[in-house]
Amino acid sequence: MKRLKPKFYIGIILILITSFLAVFAPQIAQHDPTAMDLSKRHESPTSENWMGRDQNGADVFAQVAYGARVSLRVAFTVVLLSAAIGLIIGSLAGYVGGWADNLIMRFLDMFYAFPGFLLALSLVAVLGPSIGNLIFAMCITGWTGFARLVRGEVLHLKNREYVTGATAAGAGPMRILTRHIWPNLFGILVVQMTFGMSGTIITESGLSFLGLGAPPTVPTWGQLLNSGRRILVEAPHVSLFPGLAILILVLGFNLVGDGLRDWLNPRSAN
Amino acid sequence: MFTYTLRRLLSALPVLLGVSALSFSLLAFVPGDPVDIMLGDQAATADKDALRRELGLDRPFGERLAGFYSGLSRLDLGRSLQSRRPVSEEILERVPATIELTLGAMFLALSIGIPFGVLAAVRRHSWVEKAALAYGLVGMSTPGFWLGPMLILGFAIQLDWLPVSERGGLEHLVLPSLTLALGLSAILTQVTRASMIEVVREDYVNVARAKGLRPFKIWFKHALANAMMPIITIIGLQFGALLTGTVIVETIFDWPGVGTLLFQAIQQRNYPLVQGCVLLIATTYVVVNLITDLAYAAANPKVRLG
Repeated sequence: MKRLKPKFYIGIILILITSFLAVFAPQIAQHDPTAMDLSKRHESPTSENWMGRDQNGADVFAQVAYGARVSLRVAFTVVLLSAAIGLIIGSLAGYVGGWADNLIMRFLDMFYAFPGFLLALSLVAVLGPSIGNLIFAMCITGWTGFARLVRGEVLHLKNREYVTGATAAGAGPMRILTRHIWPNLFGILVVQMTFGMSGTIITESGLSFLGLGAPPTVPTWGQLLNSGRRILVEAPHVSLFPGLAILILVLGFNLVGDGLRDWLNPRSAN
Repeated sequence: MFTYTLRRLLSALPVLLGVSALSFSLLAFVPGDPVDIMLGDQAATADKDALRRELGLDRPFGERLAGFYSGLSRLDLGRSLQSRRPVSEEILERVPATIELTLGAMFLALSIGIPFGVLAAVRRHSWVEKAALAYGLVGMSTPGFWLGPMLILGFAIQLDWLPVSERGGLEHLVLPSLTLALGLSAILTQVTRASMIEVVREDYVNVARAKGLRPFKIWFKHALANAMMPIITIIGLQFGALLTGTVIVETIFDWPGVGTLLFQAIQQRNYPLVQGCVLLIATTYVVVNLITDLAYAAANPKVRLG
């Protein structure tokens, strides 16, 4: 078996660092992310406040750590739900074929013609800012990619000899899908989910940056960047650190996705 | 080519209908009464009724959709809530700024991504290829809403080389289009490199070499022409990201385009204007993809005859 490349492990380390920060946020961050101290607003990083303080004098490091929780939780939920919906609908289209396939594909075309970020943006805009609405809007845009991928693979696999054999042996459609087709989709689904994580984290932060994601009471990276860009001169650290956090986590998922893809399909590595 | 064009045009029609229906249906997602949200709870009942009639909310959905399409055929998208001006007029005056920004970003993305990808492919395992691979990954992972403020901080505030924001001469265009271009330039670097690696192995490259053509000419003229297919495809697909990226980039740089208009409309709960902007962006994306497909078919007989 081919070995995984170093970039995969670098990615894993970047994800682990951020996850550690998210899980142990209350223990690592010595400050309450919402505690304000206006006398110390815009303060630069010190040994006390590692990433400085924001326009309210709140600790930036604590907000970055708690923001990692929101980003990771939202992204996991969105990617798992989108993959599950995509797996079911994509299998239906690919396996049943005929009118069901046609109907689903035309429906997918409509969603595909809509740039993902625009659809999520307009849905959140009309639904109002809340974590639930954010997840809903990103699932609506996220599942189509999975459905397309799964449909293609199912179409390709269902005519393989071993599937014909299983059918001849009397296996029903559910058994063929769950026992003979889905296990073969595992690899590409994991790759797609890894890239889905990075895309979702950027979309979520972007929406929060515009004030359309999580409600203002929840500390997110996007929101921190939004307040940071108004005080670029006084307190550049408020913009610098949350952005670095996004870059590290997204780069981590992209490296892992790339590494896994090369591993599963050595030809793509060229 | 003619039949292919016709077929492709016809297949774009239902997609356009779907896209417009989707942007129109947005209002249905508003929790509660959209009129209450737009005007506020304290508004007079007469005002609310008037707006409800104007938006057709007193009529069934099907009738409203039909009204929307008949309005659309006359480019009538209703009136903007705050200014009371036609939505189409408000959007149209913002279009040039967004076109300027998008073209600027496309120019930068192509002039960074393609040469970088080509050089990485012809100098395998060199530092150029390593740099291109790193650029592809980091560029794809950098959010524009962070890069933008960082560029402002570095080039506008610290160095004072370029203006902080707003539209103006060419120097105003540099930072916003660079912010918008980074993601696409990273993807283009990756795709160009991968595509060129396949192409430079071909025999005609060796023949051209043997004939004594200069390597530079072989790479950028002969090989690149044959490596263009995946590059065209990815430009079409990524154009949607570029268009929607304008919402964030225009907001950061106070750029008076459709993106900031959409953002303001969302903040003011000006739903007719939101629908208009969403419709314009989505339609542009469909049309650009149509053009990409046609360009692709024109260059490749396998596609149009297959």
